Amino acid sequence: MIKIIVVGNGMVGFKFCEKFVSKSGQEKYQITVFGEEPRRAYDRVHLSEYFAGKTADDLSMSTATWYEENNIILNTSELVTDIHKENKTITTHLENTHSYDYLVLATGSAAFVPPIEGVEKEGVFVYRTIEDLDAIMAHAKKIKQNGSTEAAVLGGGLLGLEAAKAVRDLGLNAHVVEFAPRLMPRQLDKGASNMLRSKIEELGIKIHLSKSTQYIDGENTITGMMFEEEELLKVDMLVISAGIKPRDELGRGAGLEVGVRGGVVVNNKMQTSDPNIFAIGEVALYNHMIYGLVAPGYEMADVAAEQIMQGEKTMRESIDMSTQLKLIGVEVASFGDPFIEQQEGTPIVYENKLNGIYKRINISKDGKALLGGILVGDSSDYNTLFQIYSNGMTIPKNPEDLILGARGGESSSMGSAMDLPDTAVICSCENVTKGSICCSITDGTAETLGDVVKLTKATTGCGGCKPMVVDLVKEAQKSLGKEVKDVVCEHFAYSRQELYDIVKINKFTNHNEVLGTVGKGDGCEICKPVLSSIFSSIYNDTANKHVVEQDSNDRFLANIQRNGTYSVVPRVTGGEITPEKLIVLGEVAKKYNLYTKITGGQRIDLFGAELNDLPEIWKILIDSGFESGHAYGKSLRTVKSCVGNTWCRYGMDDSTTFAIELENRYKGLRSPHKIKGGVSGCIRECAEARGKDFGIIAVEGGWNLYISGNGGANPKHAVLFAEQVDKETCFKYLDRFLMFYIRTAGPLVRTSTWLEKLEGGLDYLKQVVIEDSLGIAETLDKEMQELVDSYSCEWTEVIESPELQKRFKHFTNSDDRDDNIEYVPMRGQIMPRPW
Amino acid sequence: MENILEQYSSVALNDVKVWFNAGKTSDFPADGGNCVKYKGKQIAVINFERRNEWYACQNLCPHKMEMVLSRGMIGSADEIPKIACPMHKKTFSLKDGSNLSGDDLKIATYPVKIVEDEVLIGFMD
Repeated sequence: MIKIIVVGNGMVGFKFCEKFVSKSGQEKYQITVFGEEPRRAYDRVHLSEYFAGKTADDLSMSTATWYEENNIILNTSELVTDIHKENKTITTHLENTHSYDYLVLATGSAAFVPPIEGVEKEGVFVYRTIEDLDAIMAHAKKIKQNGSTEAAVLGGGLLGLEAAKAVRDLGLNAHVVEFAPRLMPRQLDKGASNMLRSKIEELGIKIHLSKSTQYIDGENTITGMMFEEEELLKVDMLVISAGIKPRDELGRGAGLEVGVRGGVVVNNKMQTSDPNIFAIGEVALYNHMIYGLVAPGYEMADVAAEQIMQGEKTMRESIDMSTQLKLIGVEVASFGDPFIEQQEGTPIVYENKLNGIYKRINISKDGKALLGGILVGDSSDYNTLFQIYSNGMTIPKNPEDLILGARGGESSSMGSAMDLPDTAVICSCENVTKGSICCSITDGTAETLGDVVKLTKATTGCGGCKPMVVDLVKEAQKSLGKEVKDVVCEHFAYSRQELYDIVKINKFTNHNEVLGTVGKGDGCEICKPVLSSIFSSIYNDTANKHVVEQDSNDRFLANIQRNGTYSVVPRVTGGEITPEKLIVLGEVAKKYNLYTKITGGQRIDLFGAELNDLPEIWKILIDSGFESGHAYGKSLRTVKSCVGNTWCRYGMDDSTTFAIELENRYKGLRSPHKIKGGVSGCIRECAEARGKDFGIIAVEGGWNLYISGNGGANPKHAVLFAEQVDKETCFKYLDRFLMFYIRTAGPLVRTSTWLEKLEGGLDYLKQVVIEDSLGIAETLDKEMQELVDSYSCEWTEVIESPELQKRFKHFTNSDDRDDNIEYVPMRGQIMPRPW
Repeated sequence: MENILEQYSSVALNDVKVWFNAGKTSDFPADGGNCVKYKGKQIAVINFERRNEWYACQNLCPHKMEMVLSRGMIGSADEIPKIACPMHKKTFSLKDGSNLSGDDLKIATYPVKIVEDEVLIGFMD
């Protein structure tokens, strides 16, 4: 066995082992690792998460058994003290001696502690190991108990800002003290630093720039930091994060070549001045630099592994120090040469203090290339800009488009991922090129996105490259002539739109028919509700049909809650209700002890109804004149209204009546996703109509119609569709718009996403609906009218049919209820016990 | 919480000691399920008519410990018959109770036999 000893069990030391054992021929080698720290390698980059609740185990780079599984001997808490390169042995502090054929130094660096008077006092820490963090946490707890609130971080670079966040997470007021006049002076210019500073200060963290610390004040424990000019900052804890110092003492002791300011010198094979000793990571001095980033460290680990195995790989000449990260919630990115001298290039800067965005790109003198840049506040352009920079791609004629977006124009000025050369690295965490992604599809080793991810590991690191990888896979699939389709699921080779047409043309009326004729397998929880929705849209089947193929809520015409009980929501059209009906709702809630709440849709929700009680509850409601509110369906929910000119002194028209008419027209309609409407009586918009799938606002001379607004995770305002039209026109356009959406949208796609993806967008939609460019307006009108005319309240159907009521029982063989249901009190009402 | 889960463990056909009459085949909707009570347990009974098969499993979804599995949609994943919990759509094989959504969960399954029009579920006690 060829013996390899790795000194250092940090991130790069671990990566060396990981890379090594993945290479063929590794069985001939025995790796032994020595680490000074008591635990196996952990993610130092995400150290601040330790304060946010992550445990040391969560941060671990490997599972507990990984080393054993890969036949690597790991010795923690054992410090290597000497290298004897003449007889190729090392000695540890436990006085053990081990021999090696190859030695890999991955000892990393220690936190640099500036020689400030008083730095040895209690309450002063460095920010590097988990032990450091435990000490910081303990001290923070102590001083908080004594009423202290202030702590400082020395160093306003990447790590210092991370430490400041950590200090803040500990519940203290954080002060960042930086010697330079800028934050992150190596990555940001003055403008970017100012922007970052104001954003960080908004979060309560104080920044002190251009401060030189003279001494640490206090007797035995820190009470403050004295700056030049007799300025004292009172703090009870100091975390030093002012740089790193390579741990090169082993190399020095062994007589290896070291740099003037530290670090073990290596060549592009990662060899030190002794060809059998390698150095990687923060201890290695390569091309006169110590690289304090993890990505170059990982690359070095791979080079060393390859070289030991007699391979050819060498370290590239110039190492990219680009970074993209989220610091204290602020997006920051810096790539290439962020600063540029005047002779070399010209900067374009976009500074938006209102939105807290700063973008800078440096353009070459001939205007053809991107040399570097900085992004603060919004780094969504980073991937594209980085690709353009690192591949030397030609930039657009108006380079400012790169950070301002193509204003006024139609096509994207940045091109697609397909414009990149095959050598472009798409996933920098796992070093996956465009070539390897596309080739895996085109040569058949991978068929789907999932296959590509498994094969190349792209997107498994930070995930930032996912949109690009998805696009590349789609394009590669298309280039093979494969049609890339949004099929519903494994049971159908069709999109929802195609299934809709197939059902309609063939007049299929149930799931088994469709599955048997054009599907395969037995269906699933994805395609069953899709087909149920299609049957509703074509035949106006209520959810009392195809009961077992309905989604969770529609199955019982109620919204299932955490404990298996349901909520009851009767329709309160337009948000208008009589006192008598309000009282009925109150009495029902009291009788069945239901938690009562008012919804955003201007109606009332009653929670905690047991399955067995639903028919009884609804009988009372229906007898009192209520109907199903369809709160449980992918259907029309409500049409919100403001009170309009009936009562309001500003109202321009009767919005409440219009809302009621709309809700009555479209109630019961089922759709690819829920639909919500709103009608406001004037521009003050009290009904928030512009946030709805369809929204109408009264204006002088008529109504303005807006469509495709959505709330939810990606809220979008509705867009203006028609101006100053009358009610009849609104109805006509809405009939067509809704029917077109119902026919063509994918499953669970909301109107805003549907419109965004619609080829030709709003203009095209207007042509189809207003100008009837497809000649389908009459059909759409007819289809909608048929649905309107055949409306029937599905709860009324249940109340009138004992057969339909049978399913509302928890057990078939007993009238017992589910005894697993438990409640706890909440503000005079109840809620299910917490999970 | 854990005690409820412990009540349910899969029963193999050979280990059946009691055949419990869960009701008539018509009690269970075609290609769907319903829930029956047996001693202290809640058992979901699935009438997978398309495949001409019957399944029984615990009604308790091990994800958040709610008694709702019988209300879920059934289907197939590749060739495996499955059920999806109505709460969060965690899917389980109806054959052996293993989880199909990549979670570290499983459910207990019980043998079912149909005698004339009666549905019998096999238990060990």
